[in-house]
Amino acid sequence: MEVKQYSSKEYDVIVVGAGHAGCEAALAAARMGQKTLLLTINLDMVAFMPCNPSLGGPAKGTVVREIDALGGQMGQNIDATYIQMRMLNTGKGPAVRALRAQADKADYHAVMKDTLENEPNLTLRQGLVNDLIVTDGVCRGVITATGACYEAKSVVLTAGTSSRGKIIIGELTYSSGPNNSLPSIKLSESLEHLGFKLRRFKTGTPPRVDGNTIDYDQTIEQPGDQQPNHFSYLTPDSAYVKDQLSCWMTYTNGTTHQIIRDNLDRAPMFSGIIEGVGPRYCPSIEDKIVRFADKPRHQLFLEPEGRHTEEYYVGDFSTSMPEEIQLKMLHSVAGLEHAELMRPGYAIEYDVIEPWQLTHTLETKVVKNLFTAGQMNGTSGYEEAGGQGLIAGINAALRAAGRPADFTLGRDEAYIGVMIDDLVTKGTNEPYRLLTSRAEYRLILRHDNADLRLTEKGHELGLISADRYQAFRVKQAAITTELQRLANVRIKPGQAGVQELLAAKGMAPLKDGLLASEFLKRPQISYQDVAALIGPGAPAVDRYVQEQVEIQLKYAGYIHKEEQKIARLRRLEAKKIPERLDYAAINGLATEARQKLTKIQPETLAQASRISGVNPADLAILSVYIEQGRIAKVAK
Amino acid sequence: MATVTEYDTITAISTPPGEGAISIVRLSGEQAVALANRVFRGADLTQVASHTLHYGHIIDPAAHEELDEVMVAVMRAPKTFTREDVVEINCHGGIVSTNRILQLLLAVGARMAEPGEFTKRAFLNGRIDLTQAESVMDLIRAKTDAAMKVALNQLDGNLEHLIKNLRQEILQVLAQVEVNIDYPEYDEEQLTAQMLREKAGTVQQEISQLLATAGQGKILREGLATAIIGRPNVGKSSLLNYLLHEDKAIVTDVAGTTRDVLEEYVNVQGVPLKLIDTAGIHDTEDKVEKIGVARSKKALASADLIILVLNGSEPLTAADRELLQLTSQQKRIIVLNKADLQAVTTQTELTALGVTSAPLVVSVKDQAGLDQLETTIKTMFFGGIENQQKDILVSNNRQIGLLRQAQQALHDVLAGLDSGLPVDLVQIDMTNCWDKLGEITGESAPDELITQLFSQFCLGK
Repeated sequence: MEVKQYSSKEYDVIVVGAGHAGCEAALAAARMGQKTLLLTINLDMVAFMPCNPSLGGPAKGTVVREIDALGGQMGQNIDATYIQMRMLNTGKGPAVRALRAQADKADYHAVMKDTLENEPNLTLRQGLVNDLIVTDGVCRGVITATGACYEAKSVVLTAGTSSRGKIIIGELTYSSGPNNSLPSIKLSESLEHLGFKLRRFKTGTPPRVDGNTIDYDQTIEQPGDQQPNHFSYLTPDSAYVKDQLSCWMTYTNGTTHQIIRDNLDRAPMFSGIIEGVGPRYCPSIEDKIVRFADKPRHQLFLEPEGRHTEEYYVGDFSTSMPEEIQLKMLHSVAGLEHAELMRPGYAIEYDVIEPWQLTHTLETKVVKNLFTAGQMNGTSGYEEAGGQGLIAGINAALRAAGRPADFTLGRDEAYIGVMIDDLVTKGTNEPYRLLTSRAEYRLILRHDNADLRLTEKGHELGLISADRYQAFRVKQAAITTELQRLANVRIKPGQAGVQELLAAKGMAPLKDGLLASEFLKRPQISYQDVAALIGPGAPAVDRYVQEQVEIQLKYAGYIHKEEQKIARLRRLEAKKIPERLDYAAINGLATEARQKLTKIQPETLAQASRISGVNPADLAILSVYIEQGRIAKVAK
Repeated sequence: MATVTEYDTITAISTPPGEGAISIVRLSGEQAVALANRVFRGADLTQVASHTLHYGHIIDPAAHEELDEVMVAVMRAPKTFTREDVVEINCHGGIVSTNRILQLLLAVGARMAEPGEFTKRAFLNGRIDLTQAESVMDLIRAKTDAAMKVALNQLDGNLEHLIKNLRQEILQVLAQVEVNIDYPEYDEEQLTAQMLREKAGTVQQEISQLLATAGQGKILREGLATAIIGRPNVGKSSLLNYLLHEDKAIVTDVAGTTRDVLEEYVNVQGVPLKLIDTAGIHDTEDKVEKIGVARSKKALASADLIILVLNGSEPLTAADRELLQLTSQQKRIIVLNKADLQAVTTQTELTALGVTSAPLVVSVKDQAGLDQLETTIKTMFFGGIENQQKDILVSNNRQIGLLRQAQQALHDVLAGLDSGLPVDLVQIDMTNCWDKLGEITGESAPDELITQLFSQFCLGK
C-alpha cells in the first residue's frame, strides 16, 4: 500500500544524514541562525565511526583543527571523548607534525548527539529521505519514507555509504548501509532522475576481536603521549587525559599470506563480485598480498574501540574474505592465535555523486539550493567528511538567509580548500583521501596555525563566540609583540651565557653581535635558548605563542618562497570565468580542453589551469577570450 | 597541474633573425628590471628613471666574466609595449654573445617567452583593442602549434629518456619523504638528510654533464654551422647560390621562438647546414682582399665545418695560404673551383702545404663535381654524429635555462641540508627541481607523486 504523504513543518535548512559531514553542516547552519532540521536513518548512529576508532593524523588532523578554527564541532567532540592522544612526526619539520587521537566510539557518538540535541535552532529527527522536492531546477525540500514533506530554503545531502549500500562478505552480499544499518535506495534513484551522474565506490573495514582473547605479550605496545595536546583551540591543557589506553602492534606472516593466497578465489575483490573502485591507500589485506607479493609481513594495529567495551579494531586488516577465512587469517597472526571474532570485516559498495558536478561552495550545478558533502562526494575519512559538511552547511545557511552563498577556502588557505578544489576540478576515480602531498603550500597549511588562518573567517560567519574571538586576538597580538621584541634585541658576544650555550651545542663561538631573531634562525637554537639569554617576553609568552614565533622565524626563507607562489596564485584566482561559458564558441581551443572545460565549467582561470588536458595555449586563448568579452561589455 | 606562469618575467631575442649590427634581448614582467640589473655592470637599473638608456656591460655573475658591451633601455609600466616593466638590452657582440646573454637571463630566473607571449600580455594588459583580439588568438594558436612541433623535434630521444630517469629517481625520493610524513607509524625506511644529499649530488652531477654538452647538441639541433670561406672572386657566392637553390632551402624562421644563431639554412642530402655569415660572403666578393680574410677569420671561429674555396685556375695567393693554415686544425673541405678553366693549382701543390685530404675539383659554373661535394658533406656529418652518439645532447635555450634552474634548486637543497633543516622542508626545493625537469620534457601527469606513493609502498588502514 502506498504511504500517504503529509505536509510537515518548514525549515530554513534541512540536512539529510547525521554522520560526520551532516553533524557539522547542521550545527553550522543552526549556529548561523537558521532553523535547521537534521534527519538521520538511525538516531543511534549519529556521528558513528563505522571504521577505525581514530581521528586525525597527517593532513587529516590539520583538517580537524581547521574545522575547529571555523567554529565546527569535531575538535571539541574528540577532545571530550578520546582515549589516547599522540603527536606524530615530532622529529620532522613543523609543516608535517600531526595530532591523532583514538576515540571512544560510543562516547564520540553520544557526546555529539547530546550537542545536537541541545543546540538552539536545531531539530534532530529519525527519518529516511526518499525524495527531493525540486521545482524549476531549485530544491525546495525533502520527502521521507514515512510520508512527511518538509519544505526548506536549502538542503544538504550527506548520505555517506548508505546510498544503495551493499555489504559483501565472501560469497554473501546484501543490501545495507554501514554496520548493517538501513540502506537508502530511493534517494539515489531520485538523484538520477534529476540528472546527476553517479558512480560506484567501494570501501571496507577489518574484523573486530575480543580484547580479552588477545595475547598482548606477543605484540608491541603503543602508548599515548605524556605531553598534553588537543585538537580544539578551546581545550585547556588541564583537561588532558592522563589515564590513556594503549594500542598494540603486531604483524602478518607467511602463514597469513598463504591462507589468503589459497583462498583468493573466494575473495570478492578478485572473484568479480565487487565492481566498485576501492581506494589505493586503503586496500584490503588480500589486495596488499597480491600487489606487494614480496613483502614478508604487514603491520597490524590493534586499537581499542572504547573504555566500556572489549572490542578491538584490527587496523590494516581490512577484508571482505568469507568469515571462515577471516577466522583462519586472524588466528595465524602473533597475539591473535586465540582471538574471538566479534564482528567480521566486510566490503561495502555505495553510490557517489561525481564531484565535478559541484561548485566550490558544494552546491550542485544541476539543482540550485541543493548541497552535498562527505563520503557521498567521493571522499573517504571522517575528517574529510566533516570539513565538507561544514562548508556545505555554511553555504546552505547563507543561501537560506538570502545572503550570497559564496563561502569557499583556497588551496592556499586550508586543506579543506585543497580537498574541495581537487574534487570539483578533477573529480576522483577512487575514494579521495587527503594527504599532505596534495597541498602545494603545506608549510603554510600547518596544524599549529589553523586558528591564525581561519578564526577571522569563522568570526565573520558568526560561528566564533565573542570570548573565543577575544582570546584569538590576544594570541595574535602576543605573537606580533614577541616577534618585534626579538627583532630589536641584540645578543652580544660578551653577554653572559652566550658562548657557553654555543659551546654546549658544539657551535662556533659568536664573534659579532646578532639580533635575537637572527640568532633563533639557527637550527640548533630554540626559543627557550634565546629567552634564557634575553629574558622572557612580556606579557608572558605561552607555548603556543613561542611555537609560532619560532616557526615563523626559523623557516622564514621557505615560508617566503611559498607566500610568493601564493601571491601569484591569488592573482590568477581573481580572474573569474563567466558562468555557463560556451566553450564551443571559442576559436582555437584544443578538443580535449574544450570538452573538459565544458564539463567542469571552472570558476576561475586558476582552476582552469588545474584541469588536466588544459594546456598553456588553451589558457592563453581562454584568458584572451575573457578579456575580449570584458572589453566588449565596456564598449556596449 | 599547469604551474602559474602568467606573472613570470619573460625574455626573448626580439630582433629579427639574421646578422644585424645590433640585436636586442627583451625582458617583460615584474622582475624585468631586477633581473637585468643582476647581470649588468653600470648604473643601478633599479634606481634609474623610466624610459632611459644606459651604457654598461653584461657580466656573468657566476663566472665574473664580461660578455658584451651594451646599451640597456629601462621602461617601466605602464607606458610600454606590454604595459609591464620592460628592459631591452641592445647588444653588439653578434649573435653568439646575444645568445649567451639570453641564457644568462634564463639562468637568473627569467622564463623563455612562449610564442606570441609579448603580444598576449600586451593584449591582456589592455594595450591592444578589441578588433585585434581575434587575430591575437589565432596567432597564439598558430604559433604554439608550430612551436610545439619545433620543441618536440628538438627534444632528443636520449635526452628525454635521461630526464625521465632523473625525474623518476627524484620521484622515488619524494615518495619516500611523503610516506614518512603521511604514514609515520609504518616501519618504512626513513629518508635521511644523508640520503637526500647523495641523491641531490648525483642528479646535480648528471645535469652538469648535460649542460656541458650544450654546445655539441647544437650541431645536431641547429644544423652543421658551415662557413664558406675564401678570398674574393673564387666563387663562394656562386657556390652559396647553388646551395641556396630553391629546393634546398629550409624554412626555419619560427618567429618568436629563439634560435641560437639565425643564418641561412640549407638541406644537403638530409644534412642541415647552417651557413654562417652569408651576408659576408656576398659582401667580400667586391672588397679588398684583406677585409675578406678578416671576415673569413671571424666566421671560422663559430664554424663546425669549413668549406674553403680556392680558384684552381689561378696560382695560390698569400691569402689562400693563410686560410689553409688557419683552417688546418678544423674540419674542412677544400674545393678547387673553376675546373672549367685551365687548372693551375693542383693537389700536389696542396699536399706540399700539408693538406692531407684530396681537394674536390668542381665547377660551380658548369655544376660539375657538386654532387661529390654534397656526398662529402653528408659523409663527414654522419661520420661525426656516430662519434657523438653516446653523448646526450642539450641544444636549445629553453632546455639550457631550465636545466640551470633545476641546478639552482639542487644547490638550494644542499644549502638547506647544510644548515640542518629538516628533510620535509628541503624537499620543497627537491620538488622544484623535479618540476623544472618536467618542464623540459613537457610531462606533468596529474597526481604523479601520489601514484608513485601507492605503487612504491604498501599502505593501508
